[in-house]
Amino acid sequence: MSLRIVVTVKYVPDATGDRHFADDLTVDRDDVDGLLSELDEYAVEQALQISENSDDDVEITVLTVGPEDAKDALRKALSMGADKAVHVEDDDLHGTDAIGTSLVLAKAIEKAGYDLVISGLASTDGTMGVVPALLAERLGVPQVTLLSEVSVEGGTVKGRRDGDAASEQLEASLPAVVSVTDQSGEARYPSFKGIMAAKKKPVESWDLSDLDLEAGEVGLEGAWTKVDSATQRPARTAGTIVKDEGEGGKQLAEFLAGQKFI
Amino acid sequence: MAEVLVYVDHVDGAVRKPTLELLTLARRIGEPVAVALGPGAENTAAALAEHGAVKVLTHDASEYADYLVVPKVDALQAAVEAASAGGSPAAVLVPSSAEGKEIAARLALRIGSGIITDAVDVEAGAEGPVATQSVFAASFTTKSRVSKGIPVITVKPNSAAVEAAPAAGAVEALSVSFSAQATGTKVTGRTPRESTGRPELTEAAIVVSGGRGVNGAENFALIEALADSLGAAVGASRAAVDAGWYPHTNQVGQTGKSVSPQLYIANGISGAIQHRAGMQTSKTIVAVNKDAEAPIFDLVDYGVVGDLFAVVPQLTEEINTRKG
Repeated sequence: MSLRIVVTVKYVPDATGDRHFADDLTVDRDDVDGLLSELDEYAVEQALQISENSDDDVEITVLTVGPEDAKDALRKALSMGADKAVHVEDDDLHGTDAIGTSLVLAKAIEKAGYDLVISGLASTDGTMGVVPALLAERLGVPQVTLLSEVSVEGGTVKGRRDGDAASEQLEASLPAVVSVTDQSGEARYPSFKGIMAAKKKPVESWDLSDLDLEAGEVGLEGAWTKVDSATQRPARTAGTIVKDEGEGGKQLAEFLAGQKFI
Repeated sequence: MAEVLVYVDHVDGAVRKPTLELLTLARRIGEPVAVALGPGAENTAAALAEHGAVKVLTHDASEYADYLVVPKVDALQAAVEAASAGGSPAAVLVPSSAEGKEIAARLALRIGSGIITDAVDVEAGAEGPVATQSVFAASFTTKSRVSKGIPVITVKPNSAAVEAAPAAGAVEALSVSFSAQATGTKVTGRTPRESTGRPELTEAAIVVSGGRGVNGAENFALIEALADSLGAAVGASRAAVDAGWYPHTNQVGQTGKSVSPQLYIANGISGAIQHRAGMQTSKTIVAVNKDAEAPIFDLVDYGVVGDLFAVVPQLTEEINTRKG
């Protein structure tokens, strides 16, 4: 038996950098360093663990949609231990929204061939968290999302989804789309050996025509949503800072009472 | 006036507060029609009518509890189709919970609509509803709209006031036929969370949080005592959760909950970007931290540089005294 896992990853601007918008109100990717979205590292990690715990022949493909630099994200995932990578890159993809991204990913996943898709819980830039559900809808396979624990055995994926009201045990037959949270297990650091090995692993590049997609179906023009404005939030006005000289708690209570919180 | 569909988040008929906030926003853009699913769906009608629902579409079936997400998408799609018979709905509003966003996304794709998630405000606009979002860890505010199809918008808790606006709230049975995908993901077990008796973190008017400076699970009793003196929810930073001092369900930040209460009290939290992303839109922010250089102090309306083990108990005692 073989198990083909496709892990979707995103190359995002560093959240600790000064993120802002470009003139066309898309995310500015030029002025801030990019990296593999931290939340996608958990997806790569779970793919590797499923592979390590499996008697099957497991092949892990990491897939990204993004500009030239997004190769860095693939390289990181390959150095963690994924087997190969697919980079969907096309100038016409600039400005694609979540619905469009799910279209491109779904086409690429089908072209790559899959039994299991694993995603992170959300990207750290857009933070919508809807792509895994959209992929399940597009691929017509079960959605087993937001898992803190995941396992695959004999063509079945099982996992634990911790919701606000309850913790649920889920089960579905493969093929399926899974997303994992940051509670699923710390992601490993690439080893030196892993980094060296990654340089020899195959990275395929596909463009829209490879996926039978037209420019008008994606990109800023093809988006089903439109950002009309983006305004920097004014810095919060400097507050009162006091040093506790023994009365700090009482002073704070006085402030809260003045604001009618007590 | 066009109908606005509002997806109802309820527990056995008890409507959760974010849904009532959605009704306030829905009334700005059209006539609210609520969609309530699962056990107790019909019992939601009184509360929904009280807050402006002209109609309440209800449906119950075991599928909603036994399978993940898709049965609810099927039902919401049926509601959109039923509403469309009388003209295109102005929008579909869904609470921005993890499940709410998944339902909304799949619905949007099925009905050929764009989707906006995590709106903090929704207003009527010349070209359809305009959604305000707070992005990049709340450092930017964007205004966006759906440019294709019936706008599907998910809205974060605490984005609008709950307002009384009595309407008919006529209950109508929704006819739902489940899709082939509905039974794809089985829920084989469910362990309800133990109730703490405190408000839900994302819905609370006041949140009291603890971080690395709390220095141990047992010390969270201090944070809880302060929270209880204010009737607040308890939050925790990622550092405190990763250390195993407090449950992940209480984590505030990028990988936890995003909160926007009237008052946020950060105790022993430095204020890393990961944490700020989840609390920066709070109306009033207060912090207690022994490090005067902690970035959290850049955000505060009032800050105390000092040892939380001295300041927090004194604050709690003072609040309890003032309350009498």
